[in-house]
Amino acid sequence: MTDILRSEWTKIRSVRSTVWTLAAAAILLIGIGALINAAQKGSVDEPVTAATAIQLSLVGNMFASLAMATLGALVISSEYRTGGIRTSLMAVPKRLRLLTGKIVVFTATALVVSAVASAVSILLGLLIAQPPSVDPGAVAGAALGSALYLTACGLFGLGLGVLIRHTPGAIVSAIALMLVLPQLMYQLPGQWGRTVADYFTTNAGMMIVLPVRGDSALGPWSGFGVYLVWIAVTVAAGAVLLQRRDA
Amino acid sequence: MTAIRATNLSKRYGGTLAVADLSFDVEPGQVTGFLGPNGAGKSTTMRMILGLDRPSGGSVLVGGRPYAELRHPLRKVGALLDAKAVHGGRSARNHLLAIAQSNGIPSSRVGEVLETVGLREVAGRRVGGFSLGMSQRLGIAAALLGDPEILLFDEPVNGLDPDGILWIRTFMRQLAAEGRTVFVSSHLMSEMAQTADHLIVIGKGRLIADTSVAEFIGRSSQGYVRIRSPRLAEVADLVKVGELHPDHLRVTAMSTLEIGTLTARAGIPLEELTFVRPSLEAAYMELTKDSLEFSS
Ligand SMILES: Nc1ncnc2c1ncn2[C@@H]1O[C@H](COP(=O)(O)OP(=O)(O)O)[C@@H](O)[C@H]1O
Ligand SMILES: [Mg+2]
Repeated sequence: MTDILRSEWTKIRSVRSTVWTLAAAAILLIGIGALINAAQKGSVDEPVTAATAIQLSLVGNMFASLAMATLGALVISSEYRTGGIRTSLMAVPKRLRLLTGKIVVFTATALVVSAVASAVSILLGLLIAQPPSVDPGAVAGAALGSALYLTACGLFGLGLGVLIRHTPGAIVSAIALMLVLPQLMYQLPGQWGRTVADYFTTNAGMMIVLPVRGDSALGPWSGFGVYLVWIAVTVAAGAVLLQRRDA
Repeated sequence: MTAIRATNLSKRYGGTLAVADLSFDVEPGQVTGFLGPNGAGKSTTMRMILGLDRPSGGSVLVGGRPYAELRHPLRKVGALLDAKAVHGGRSARNHLLAIAQSNGIPSSRVGEVLETVGLREVAGRRVGGFSLGMSQRLGIAAALLGDPEILLFDEPVNGLDPDGILWIRTFMRQLAAEGRTVFVSSHLMSEMAQTADHLIVIGKGRLIADTSVAEFIGRSSQGYVRIRSPRLAEVADLVKVGELHPDHLRVTAMSTLEIGTLTARAGIPLEELTFVRPSLEAAYMELTKDSLEFSS
């Protein structure tokens, strides 16, 4: 397995799209957070609390998550686009091992980059907002939550990439499942509709970063857990098809 | 030991039967040509050998085992399927490094195979900018990484210039001379005649011939006599067994001497009297004619 991990690390670090998507994720997260914090600071007279500053500094997650999902999808869909998947499967004919290698390397890469970007975004937000007091534990917790969320979004993209095998198709599905449909779900009527919306992909997942709606049925960790189930199902479906389909 | 053994191998894609009940062995120490017209099922067969496509029926073993069960497959089998199927953004070195690492092949091999195929100078360049010839060499470098006993090449000379073709041909001969198994596909008989020792010919997914090249050439040695004359109709009357074409007469049942004697007696002048040995290409066309006639 270490052979496969080394190989996948060489692959992911040696293409420009990795740098581009990770940079896009970091810039979106940090840039949007800084802008909103600056705007907030300028528009209210009373001091901004640390909790508000941290929340505002992570609003960019919504868009950064798409950049992450794009990279996740590319990890596999770019191999289908180029035909490189055949070379990969010739080298590692046990397909689930290849997929596992990709998942592990991507997760590690995404986790490190999103943890750093989230921490920078929060610290920059706090610098701009200048709240009267800051709880270091809250900062660390928020950075961790944001990093986990972004990484999970990347894995969602990877799962869609395995399933769909086509980069634009995977990215469009990611936008639909992570951005568009979650908002539409709130239009569903009644209590039942509200529950569906609360459990729907990023509506659940975002609970670990900042609640989309204050009155969600899910807490930070239970929400994230629900999101991981969505991702696990997607990846598992992709894995089954990867095993069955001709390459 | 038999390197590759296909047993009743079949592959169906929806309504298309790409490979039908194909059985053959590929032996080490020689170049085995895998010959057939476009669409005959050569690439499909190679993908099944490599575990990429799942057979609809039958099986194929590499070194006695299904490909997917080889522990470090690239140390046993090297293959070039489609030279352009690489991520264009990666350098040649990183492309090969990732492949080597996946099979626990020391990274020093990357430099060695780049040297072997003559790409050392461009090792750091993005492969997206490579010409077809360079991509082909890169693909061969990848196939050689694990120093495998068995090599598969799918139409390796397609689109190459004469230098490149000669290089690949020589290279395949050398690999076979080292005792390796070389299984190479082509849709051109002329190509195979110059490279292969043994031929497996398929058409429409079915086995047409499994023979040594020498035998194949021997089998196709029947030729015909071509006659041109200003009085061609009279010659045709005279020899009786000819096949009249607009500008010449074709005779298979008589020798040039017999025809020449006849026409000389009759006093008919000849422009040409030649024995035409059919090319291997023609013999191959003849052989695969049936499998082409019904296609498309
Ligand atoms: N993935 C596929 N899906 C559907 N049909 C295919 C596929 N691959 C090959 N075929 C069909 O199978 C037949 C054999 O193709 P192929 O193996 O590429 O032939 P060759 O390599 O000898 O030219 C062709 O009719 C081709 O159209
Ligand atoms: Mg082909």
